Amino acid sequence: MVNNMKTFFQDKKAVAYFTIMAVVLIFVGLNQSWALALGIINMSLISAIMALGVNIQWGYAGLMNVGIMGFAALGGVSVVLIAQQPVAEAVDAGGIKMFIALIMGAATITLGILLNRRGINKWLITAIVVTGYLFTRYYFSEAADIIEKVDPAITGYLGGFGLPIAFSWIVGGVIAAGAAWWVGKITLGLRTDYLAIATLGISEIILYVIKNEDWFVRGLKNVYGLPRPVPYEVDMQQSEWFQNFIAWIHRSELQLLSQSDQIEKLTDYVREAAVVFVKLCYSGLFIAILVSLIVLSNLALNSPWGRKVRAIRDNEVAASAMGKDIKSQHLQIFVLGSAIVGVAGALLVTYDGIFIPTAYMPLRFTFLIWVMVILGGSGNNMGSVLGAFIIWFIWIQSGPMGLWFVEMLSNNMAEGSSSLEFIEDRVHYLRLVFMGAILLLIMRFSPSGLLPEKNKQL
Amino acid sequence: MSDSIDIINAFALLTNFVILPALSYGSQLALGALAVTLVYSILRFSNFAQGDSMAFGTMLVILISGYMISKGWTITGFPTAILAIPLALIGMAIYLLLMDRLVYRHYRKIKAKQNIIGITASIGVMFITGGIVRFILGASAQRFGDGERFIFSVREFKAFTGLEQGIAFKTSQFLTISLAILLVAFLFYFLQKTKTGKAMRAYSDNTELALLSGIDPDKVVQITWLLVALFTTIAGTLYGLDKGFAPQQYHLLLLPIFASVIVGGIGSPIGAIAGAFLVAFSEILLTYAYKKFLIYLLPLSMHPSSLVQLIGTEYKYAISFVILVIVLLIRPTGIFKGKVIDGE
Repeated sequence: MVNNMKTFFQDKKAVAYFTIMAVVLIFVGLNQSWALALGIINMSLISAIMALGVNIQWGYAGLMNVGIMGFAALGGVSVVLIAQQPVAEAVDAGGIKMFIALIMGAATITLGILLNRRGINKWLITAIVVTGYLFTRYYFSEAADIIEKVDPAITGYLGGFGLPIAFSWIVGGVIAAGAAWWVGKITLGLRTDYLAIATLGISEIILYVIKNEDWFVRGLKNVYGLPRPVPYEVDMQQSEWFQNFIAWIHRSELQLLSQSDQIEKLTDYVREAAVVFVKLCYSGLFIAILVSLIVLSNLALNSPWGRKVRAIRDNEVAASAMGKDIKSQHLQIFVLGSAIVGVAGALLVTYDGIFIPTAYMPLRFTFLIWVMVILGGSGNNMGSVLGAFIIWFIWIQSGPMGLWFVEMLSNNMAEGSSSLEFIEDRVHYLRLVFMGAILLLIMRFSPSGLLPEKNKQL
Repeated sequence: MSDSIDIINAFALLTNFVILPALSYGSQLALGALAVTLVYSILRFSNFAQGDSMAFGTMLVILISGYMISKGWTITGFPTAILAIPLALIGMAIYLLLMDRLVYRHYRKIKAKQNIIGITASIGVMFITGGIVRFILGASAQRFGDGERFIFSVREFKAFTGLEQGIAFKTSQFLTISLAILLVAFLFYFLQKTKTGKAMRAYSDNTELALLSGIDPDKVVQITWLLVALFTTIAGTLYGLDKGFAPQQYHLLLLPIFASVIVGGIGSPIGAIAGAFLVAFSEILLTYAYKKFLIYLLPLSMHPSSLVQLIGTEYKYAISFVILVIVLLIRPTGIFKGKVIDGE
């Protein structure tokens, strides 16, 4: 590990890239606003954690996960389930019924699998499973109806367990790992693209379930007011030490003003600073998690286990001839990577403070994470982090840049020209084209990315 | 009313809401699945850009037919989109060949692991294509079918037969089924009888041997993309005429299309068609509410009170996924033995 850090700092390229990135972000902070710069940094950190998970799958083992958003959404769900207070009324009304329905569903599936193992007549099994399904569905829809009718404007769902939010990050990872285990178990060992297609499918289904099952996490009605692991802006504004601290920072400027102006100015500063402070708290939290994950995965990668993983990736046939079980190895890695994506998903919802199912747009974010990993250099964890920062920065700033470009054009065009409005309306779709082009260009001209994998030689 | 009339009514109902929609949806999927199969057999990767390519082809048709309508170049009875297809085909072929030249060709030349690189590259192409379509037409849904909507409508059918339940035969359904039959017949004739088709099959079976016997690989690949353009544009247009055009929906078609290909057996054209109909019929049979159907068939005392719908319509994409999972668990080769393990 120490060696690893050393090689990182000795690598002038990596240091240079990160320095440039830092300078650019400081520039944004000075010129636009610190809240914006910190917003970009926080989202980049979350993306970096997600990219780390994908890098473990793709970079370490060549496994394609096209359903990143689905696993991230599972992390988000776990935040709601863990941190929200239970809705006592709904639990009383329909909780037991729903529990029975779910148990019945699980029992049907288990029975089907067990009977199948025994080699009992396929038609009999089908009949049993179908009957079980019909009963489950009947109970289930009744229970869902009851729960959704409990004060639908505010709750209409079961709520969560009311536990500390930090707990949900772990649970998010575990749930995502469970889904990944199931998908991996079925598709790994078959063709590479089966995994890709299955992850695409499972993530769509996860999103459909979240959007449609209101009793579960309120569906399209969103969940607001999730608890926070950091202080609220309002509390910060009212706390004395924070006000004094801000006054101390700006003391030279404030001294020049009159009494009333001083107070007014100070309130402005405190309000701005509270936002920045809260964002900084999040940054600290995310950095701590990211760093510990990187440390752990680097340790793992340099252990005998990591050598085995890379050996399998670089030459599957040879590794298999050496007696390594490739399928179970791939399953381990796939589950591990998805768990990290789940954790990142939970962090994302924690950061937003609300859970919005429609925010999970597979088209955009799955793809962005992919571009981050490939741009940064697949197989290199620091590369993924760098990729996350660069791509998220471009993604956020290309919107305003595109609009600015359009406005430049508009100076040469007639006022209210219809083609101009048309472009302004749709210019953000060009970001997809732009990102696609970046992906293809890197794949074509620099397949190992900005920071190529270091320890290719074992 | 006698019982036999009830039974006929019940089946008229089923034809109208299940059989005809599933036949046309199945035909649309089959055309898309054949395009995926062609790319897979010749270029050796699963084309993730298929759904968005269909959207691109449909976009060309919408733009061209819009121009034609504004000029008054229409045909009575049929949507103008049909007239626009030949021109759109040329555009689509140019786009696909350009993408092949810019993106895929390089990886063929350096003999990369085509499956995994191909998928990644096709994901890149998917986003570029999707972005272009959304930029030009926007992300919201729209309809572009003009002309007569029905070959015969429910009312005409009822007046003609005197039944309580009518069957409507939409123009889009008629076009879909007839064009699909024509295209599939053409594809099989092409692959079995023509010299180029035989060369393609040889190339697909054993690339090295095919190259040794003097088959020009670039030509084979170009012909493949031309066929893909044909199938993609027509599949997309027919789907759009039937259900309306929305980029996100086309993107999601990827799932049922892949399910069809895998269920049938990857690389097998007949398998792709069989798989497509299996997926289409399962999707519609499982999401159809059988209440009315059962009311016709069952005595009054057994009439159902609920909708008798096995799975909510919102989960129709889950059905193709479940089919996919079942096939992978029970018979990973698909119905018509396809290729299961990576052949690099």
